[in-house]
Amino acid sequence: MSGIAMPKPDEAVLSRRGEIVRALKEMVPGEGVIDTDIGMRVYETDGFNAYRQMPMVVVLPETVEQVSAVLHYCHENGVKVVPRGAGTSLSGGALPLGDGVLMSMMKFNKVLDIDAANRAVVAQPGVTNLGITRAVEHLGFYYAPDPSSQIACSIGGNIAENSGGVHSLKYGLTTNNVLGLEMVLITGEVIRLGGKHLDSEGYDLLALMTGSEGLLGVVTEVTVRILQKPETARAALVGFPSSEAGGQCVAEIIGAGIIPGGMEMMDELAINFAEDFVNVGYPREAGALLIVELDGPEAEVDHLLAEVEAIARRNGATSLRVSTSEEERLAFWAGRKSAFPAVGRISPDYLCMDGTIPRRALPQVLARMRELSEKHGLRCANVFHAGDGNLHPLILYDANKPGELERAEDFGADILRLCVEVGGVLTGEHGVGIEKRDLMPVMFSEDDLKQQQRVKCAFDPKQLLNPGKVFPELHRCAELGRMHVSKGQLPFPDIPRF
Amino acid sequence: MPDTFKPRTAEEARDVVRWAMAEHEPLEIVGQASKRAIGRPVQAGHLLDMSGLAGIELYEPEELVLTALPGTPIAEIEAALAASNQELAFDPLDYGPLLGNPAGQGTLGGVIAANLAGSKRLKHGAARDHVLGMDAVSGRGEIFHSGGRVVKNVTGYDLPRALTGSWGTLAVATRITLKVLPRAQTEATFLLSGLGDAEAATTMTTAMGSSAEVSAAAHLPAAAAQDLAARGHALSGPATLLRLEGFGPSVDYRFERLRALLGAGRSVSRVEADASRALWRAVRDADAFVGTDDLVWRLSVAPTAGASVVAQLAGRFACKAFYDWSGGLVWLAVPGADARAEAIRAAIAACGGGHATLVRAPAPLRSSIPVFQPQPAPLAALAARLKEQFDPHGILNPGRMTAGH
Repeated sequence: MSGIAMPKPDEAVLSRRGEIVRALKEMVPGEGVIDTDIGMRVYETDGFNAYRQMPMVVVLPETVEQVSAVLHYCHENGVKVVPRGAGTSLSGGALPLGDGVLMSMMKFNKVLDIDAANRAVVAQPGVTNLGITRAVEHLGFYYAPDPSSQIACSIGGNIAENSGGVHSLKYGLTTNNVLGLEMVLITGEVIRLGGKHLDSEGYDLLALMTGSEGLLGVVTEVTVRILQKPETARAALVGFPSSEAGGQCVAEIIGAGIIPGGMEMMDELAINFAEDFVNVGYPREAGALLIVELDGPEAEVDHLLAEVEAIARRNGATSLRVSTSEEERLAFWAGRKSAFPAVGRISPDYLCMDGTIPRRALPQVLARMRELSEKHGLRCANVFHAGDGNLHPLILYDANKPGELERAEDFGADILRLCVEVGGVLTGEHGVGIEKRDLMPVMFSEDDLKQQQRVKCAFDPKQLLNPGKVFPELHRCAELGRMHVSKGQLPFPDIPRF
Repeated sequence: MPDTFKPRTAEEARDVVRWAMAEHEPLEIVGQASKRAIGRPVQAGHLLDMSGLAGIELYEPEELVLTALPGTPIAEIEAALAASNQELAFDPLDYGPLLGNPAGQGTLGGVIAANLAGSKRLKHGAARDHVLGMDAVSGRGEIFHSGGRVVKNVTGYDLPRALTGSWGTLAVATRITLKVLPRAQTEATFLLSGLGDAEAATTMTTAMGSSAEVSAAAHLPAAAAQDLAARGHALSGPATLLRLEGFGPSVDYRFERLRALLGAGRSVSRVEADASRALWRAVRDADAFVGTDDLVWRLSVAPTAGASVVAQLAGRFACKAFYDWSGGLVWLAVPGADARAEAIRAAIAACGGGHATLVRAPAPLRSSIPVFQPQPAPLAALAARLKEQFDPHGILNPGRMTAGH
């Protein structure tokens, strides 16, 4: 383990491990409980694999009743629980706790209801993101949020992380595409939020649950909105001499009132890594590559592509190709979609960062990143969702070289501080998890963080669900609940009062 | 004699809340008080008037972002956006006329507190989908910041969105950041005449499932259409409306797509740009029910369920209805003094679920029946715990959403 400390294991719980495992086996019979080292090994990390920790025990429930029973038992017995989907998180959100139950939701893998008339799908949380699109594409529909891991990541995990993807600019993140949830609280109580209607009633708990990283409840069913596939989609592949020129082009496209279905940029290093990997004809000499995809009715797409082309030329494009077939459009995307494995082939290890900045800060941030690369002595390739300012710097390092992981982490932390400094945020779509946990005070004051943690207290007052993630220090709910009320004087005689 | 506090800064707002907390003196929070008659009457001795915290702090059209103080008139924000060819895509409805007030009132804080969205919510999402960041004063008298000014942000819980639609019962917003979007170059409405409710529902869901990119879909049964005709809209008989926005050739092309898909053997007409905008404003703001004494409900159900719910209710008592959100939003006017809350909520439950809100009724009635949909016990208890965390002393708008907190 490197520098991120996890809560100290509770010896009292560990000493009762045998009893806890037996109780879980009664609740989840058959193969549903894994307590051998060899069986648990696959769960010791997620997509943030610089950190590993064996859980106390793994449980794979198959029914809502089992989830409810396990959580209720854990609540009664003070046992921590880490929920897990497909384990593709890049922020360590599903890192197990040594004294905790790791609850895998991957047996919840069925699409329950396809309702084309209401443009909704009801699915269990273990269904993959792409699985939802696959279930409805024969009807001409698709599910819009499309994280790069969509072939593997689960829809329940998407809820936990509020996943985005290249389509977010036009079609929103997970939170904008979820209509309803069924979830189980740590007490074992089952709650339903929303449904096939558009606005859920009462407090917007759907909003709180989406992106809550497994800290508030365990999702057992989701209802998502599906969209009709656009009539056509075409992409332009534009090379620029620099990221600055590309960034200016992006600002002008949006300034012209055009919201593309996707707008992605890659820097020189990323272009060449990707081209080595997929060989689709990316312009190797370009300082930056922009992929702009327009979707919608054909007449509109053609009209807007012509506008995008004109804007790109005005901004000094050095190469410009427009897809003329579906194959070509997919080829344009192939490099961008495989950027992470492409870097993985070049470098023994890499850290994938995920900050968001106001678009106009892009040139300044990229320049500073080059300086930081020098300072830390590590290379950094950049792919980013240019339309919404979500950066994914990929920091290349070698874990076998002493000190490189720490240097990479310091480099990453510097990048995220920079994002906040220019008016952005620590994470756009990967979540805080453990990776950015200790940076939260960079963005939030103590009062801000306390108010966030009070939300947790409403859902999970004993703080048994995924503790040690998201928040740098665990405040007890009793301490967060204290009020300091000083009696009496109206301290503001000058506030207008009628 | 109740006091009205009118803070000019976030810090002053915080000080008022701190005083109220110390004195156990609950506050009713208002902007321009244009929606004060929605929800349960608040049990508070004093008013916290946020209209003094007004003004657009930051507006960057090329970043699609706007930050403003909560007392900023929504009309001012819409005008600033229009000057840059942008808009609030969630299309906030204007409750003024329906509640017997002038049109064009209301503040940003009120719009966000009530999560007000209009017809275009169907395509573009609700107000909550466009909220990026919020600073607020909690019922503990602490100023806290949440969210940010960028669209992609999962740093901590999504408090800005969660506070949207909480009717001022959790915190008092002191600064709000919104995502804004380009305004369409033009628009037209595809109008089908003469459909019954059930047929209209099927037609709307077919249109929404097509690639015509319909941004709003509404159906006005004969009575509602007649009410709007009396207000100068060119309607005669039941009208099913499908809104198309975009640049001219695209709108024309999609109009013809809809004609090919839905027009065979039916009466199709086209409502052009300005008339289309005016017609949708009338649908959005429930003009058909303006100026009557009827009690007015908003029902949120699955789009295919709207017509079934209304058919069930119409068989039991006199009422008038029209549909927005492709049938998923039912505006229901009930004459007389009996709001029929139980019958309405039972019909919704029998048709797949959803909720009903009583948006226009005299205060005594709003005190005596649940204005917002009652929730199952575990959910209601969770909501109460959340209120407890934000506002342990019950200082902020007590009783506005549910009796007791």
